[in-house]
Amino acid sequence: MANQISDDTIEYVGILAKLELSPQEKERAKKDMEEMLDYIDKLNELDVSGVEPMSHVFPVNNVFREDIPTDIDGSKDALFNAPSVKNGGFEVPKTIG
Amino acid sequence: MSLTSLTAKELGKKIKEKEISVKEAVNDTLDAIEKKEDKVNSFVTVADKDALLKKAEEVQKKIGEGTLGGPLAGVPIAVKDNMCIKGLLTTCSSKILEGFVPSYTAEAVKNLEDAGAIVIGKTNMDEFAMGSTTETSAYGATKNPWNLDHVPGGSSGGSCSGVAAEECVCALGSDTGGSIRQPSAFCGVTGIKPTYGTVSRYGLIAYGSSLDQIGPVAKDVTDCALILETISSYDRKDSTSMKREGLDFTSALKDDVKGMKIGIPRDYFGEGLDGEVSQAVKGAAKVLEEKGAVLEEFDLGLVEYAIPAYYVIACAEASSNLARFDGVKYGYRVKEYEGLHNMYKKSRSEGFGTEVKRRIMLGSFVLSSGYYDAYYLKALRTKALIKKEFDKAFSKYDMILGPAAPSTAPKLGSSLDDPMKMYLGDIYTVSVNLAGLPGISLPCGMDKKGLPIGLQLIGDCFQEKNIIQAAYAYECTREYRHSPLSDVYQVGGRR
Repeated sequence: MANQISDDTIEYVGILAKLELSPQEKERAKKDMEEMLDYIDKLNELDVSGVEPMSHVFPVNNVFREDIPTDIDGSKDALFNAPSVKNGGFEVPKTIG
Repeated sequence: MSLTSLTAKELGKKIKEKEISVKEAVNDTLDAIEKKEDKVNSFVTVADKDALLKKAEEVQKKIGEGTLGGPLAGVPIAVKDNMCIKGLLTTCSSKILEGFVPSYTAEAVKNLEDAGAIVIGKTNMDEFAMGSTTETSAYGATKNPWNLDHVPGGSSGGSCSGVAAEECVCALGSDTGGSIRQPSAFCGVTGIKPTYGTVSRYGLIAYGSSLDQIGPVAKDVTDCALILETISSYDRKDSTSMKREGLDFTSALKDDVKGMKIGIPRDYFGEGLDGEVSQAVKGAAKVLEEKGAVLEEFDLGLVEYAIPAYYVIACAEASSNLARFDGVKYGYRVKEYEGLHNMYKKSRSEGFGTEVKRRIMLGSFVLSSGYYDAYYLKALRTKALIKKEFDKAFSKYDMILGPAAPSTAPKLGSSLDDPMKMYLGDIYTVSVNLAGLPGISLPCGMDKKGLPIGLQLIGDCFQEKNIIQAAYAYECTREYRHSPLSDVYQVGGRR
């Protein structure tokens, strides 16, 4: 296997992905990722020098609208699905010490 | 015979001509679901009966008044569970969205509702559309109506099995790397993935935003054209929505392929393709040739690079898109945690399934500093090259013909242990998403095991009508085969 994913890398990717993996899951993730990357390395056979990365097939631009204030209170809808609500807001654990 | 054995067009016609009421159509569909759901598990949620009957009454009234006169007025339709519908549970077949009830409706679904169609329920799928078998659903696997020991394909497996089992006449699916076309092939139904930007993604829970498109699943090409025509629209709420011409897809339902140039990529018939599938697809090509189409074999090129490029791009986008599931605004939050970050991590780790976590990890890795250029940008450059190959092909041909999948439906439980093998099954479908092209999958035969085989036609961007016309012309040469779960199934399989 060409690609070797270290414990540190899996730990780091876990931080980026905001996932907490069990020791077994970590081992499996390492193996899966190594296998996937070995396969993805096939792309190295291609000469892509001078080729612009294509994020979208068609030229698309952002769509802007006029910033017109309105008087609609959508907070009830927005909060409806929240696991925890307090004083009309999303409740989260204390973030600043 | 259940009304669900009809096509959407036939059912809509009966409603329009007052041969049956909208209520009868809804009741019949609910009965069919109740009767068959134990066997196939196509649905995550069936809408509330009273609410459906009330809606049926409203639609009936509008039909009577003449304010609703379209072909889909009063027709019950199923919707894949990754499209938001106001007031209806929407889970993406994930535990992390258990109990999520959207406060708005996806634009594609709204277009259907405006045409008088009635959403009967939400169909099962691979969790967050990540998978090719509908086995990664947190709400249990869906079965293939042709053989309950086999998968229906995925990720729109519930939509395709629902139509094939005749629990509903038609459905919406979504296609990021083949998720409409492959399960359509496995279930013996027809599905279209339109040109990127044709159907609004507003309200579609994103997987790979640059690849995702919503499309129809139905018994035939006519229904698919009809539904696609209804759901397509320019939508300011989706910044990738295209203002485009030629959305009158039903005008292409003509039994005529004379002079149409069809390219057949040699690379699509090489190693890895099942012999029976190859034979059936080549047989379909022959039928089109006999009807006057001009066939030519050619080398498409770069075919083997589509899957690695696809998985880098799709996983990268998924890792970013799925960052929103954090246990704060909606969905699952773990009961015990220490502080904010621990709450995020634990909620996500418990809420997401294995395949979703696998893809988020890979996506986070290829986007991380140090690997971004080597993997993500490289994949985007490969995508540009793949698009060029298709441009070259479409300068010579009106469409490309090939299989939808390398084999027929595998057995339940045989795919998830070897994800690489499962990913390779997407070989004929993912490049279409990378290049933003339209593709249609329709039945073209059965293998010896009695499982359906799918033919895929790929068109140039905005040229859905070409593939719809050729698919329709091909379909005119054969009869629809009802699955064993149909009320009108006959051994030997003809209507």
